Amino acid sequence: MLKDVTLGQFFPGKSLIHRLDPRTKLLILIGYIVALFLAVSWLSYGVVFVFLVSCIAISRIPVKSFFRGMKPLIFILVFTGILNIFFTQGETVLVQFWKITVTLEGLIRAFFMVFRIMLLITGTFLLTYTTSPIALTDGLESLLSPLKKIKLPVHELSMMMCIALRFIPTLIEETDKIMSAQKARGADFESGKLMQRVKALVPILVPLFISAFRRADELATAMECRCYHGGDGRTKMKLLRMRSFDYYSFLVSAAMIAGVCVLRHFGL
Amino acid sequence: MAPFLEVKNLTHKYSAGTPFEHTALCDVSFTLERGEFIGVIGHTGSGKSTLMQHLNGLLKPTSGSIALDGTDIWQDKKTTRQTRFRVGLVFQYPEYQLFEETVYKDIAFGPKNMGLDAAEIDRRVKESAAAVGLSQELLTVSPFDLSGGQKRRVAIAGVLAMEPELLILDEPTAGLDPAGREEILSYIDSYRKAKQATIMMVSHSMGDVARMADRLIVMNKGRIALMGAPGEVFCHARELVDMGLDIPALTRLFLQLKELGLDVEPVYTQEQAVKALLALRGGNANA
Repeated sequence: MLKDVTLGQFFPGKSLIHRLDPRTKLLILIGYIVALFLAVSWLSYGVVFVFLVSCIAISRIPVKSFFRGMKPLIFILVFTGILNIFFTQGETVLVQFWKITVTLEGLIRAFFMVFRIMLLITGTFLLTYTTSPIALTDGLESLLSPLKKIKLPVHELSMMMCIALRFIPTLIEETDKIMSAQKARGADFESGKLMQRVKALVPILVPLFISAFRRADELATAMECRCYHGGDGRTKMKLLRMRSFDYYSFLVSAAMIAGVCVLRHFGL
Repeated sequence: MAPFLEVKNLTHKYSAGTPFEHTALCDVSFTLERGEFIGVIGHTGSGKSTLMQHLNGLLKPTSGSIALDGTDIWQDKKTTRQTRFRVGLVFQYPEYQLFEETVYKDIAFGPKNMGLDAAEIDRRVKESAAAVGLSQELLTVSPFDLSGGQKRRVAIAGVLAMEPELLILDEPTAGLDPAGREEILSYIDSYRKAKQATIMMVSHSMGDVARMADRLIVMNKGRIALMGAPGEVFCHARELVDMGLDIPALTRLFLQLKELGLDVEPVYTQEQAVKALLALRGGNANA
């Protein structure tokens, strides 16, 4: 039951997108989002859309999984759509009854807004689907490393993120186990009023917190035993290295963003 | 009369219907009689834990049935809940489930969920604490201030306090020192005698299981590989080793003696060994 939650969104693979440097992917994603917000017309949206679709095609990730990821956001999409349809002023009135007017402009605007959110989400999913959490934190650390100059503990932050990600499945398993143990002692999590249900969580949360602290303690000791002393002078087993196709990807993405900018300049 | 517990063609699949489907139990059938002591042995991942969680209704079988006193435990919600009280389950490392402020309150958690009155809860808490050798002073202490072995006892007492007719224990002695292990095993045995309870114990320690159990179930890859009295099961030494299991050191010694041509039957307790060896010497003396 709890194990069915898909938190590790990473789909291992060997496609070009999978093999890109995580930094490349992060930077391109940022560029892509900027382009998405600069897009104003059918044509510029089309450019961004084609870019995304070709990335997905190259990654060989089943399109189905993107739609599945979209499910929890359906409410936001529908809400945005409805809001824009009914509250956009426009000239070309399509339907009018009582105080509600639906205009062609509103419809188009709603479509663009929903489309933009969907493209935004899908692009972000593409990053997390094709990049392992470890690679992602590595990439972030490397990108943020200039901030070390202003005394930001970049290495420590990325290490914390890495550890947190690593322990999510462990904690889920632990929760499952504790829940079973308390159920075996007759604890009831499925019935009762709200207050009772909240109270029923105590027998799960207390052991869970205790075990989390215990694990943290053990991990700290284990790290210290291996002489961990922070990021200074630490080398990496898997060095991030930009390769030729990273640069080509930058080129293609830059062309896409430039295209959107030019289109915007001409008001298209 | 229906047997105390009857498991029929039990199959369990995790994540059924997804690409991650995994059959943990496959067509498992057996019965338990009241008052029996059953040992369950098997390699890690052989389905022991999954089997145990079915017996008190924590997991629902994908197919097959489990009946307690002839009534299917999944008949209705009430029966399932009642089953949890009749079948006590002590998980592996049960000390990690402690959560209350005092030992007393933690042991009382189970009986309280059963809806017993305060006097009965009090009696059960004191009785089960005594049954696992916890002194009265410890009842007011926080369970988190206790040593590992004591925590384990508190956790076991928490299940004993529900006075289950069938007590299932998953590796109750894992991670304890030899003295602690002996103590826990003796508490389990005395609980069985005091309440005429049925015990089912999962263990990796062949010696312990062989010594205490009337019958053994050997699990392998989700199926029952062998079932029978310890003596019978340990005769299949080769198969056990192939399953990645060990046999008691004594039994191994006797099997080797037999291979060398001595007329001995495989044994698994010291008394039996002494008896067999004496008989052997007596026999030789007569010859």
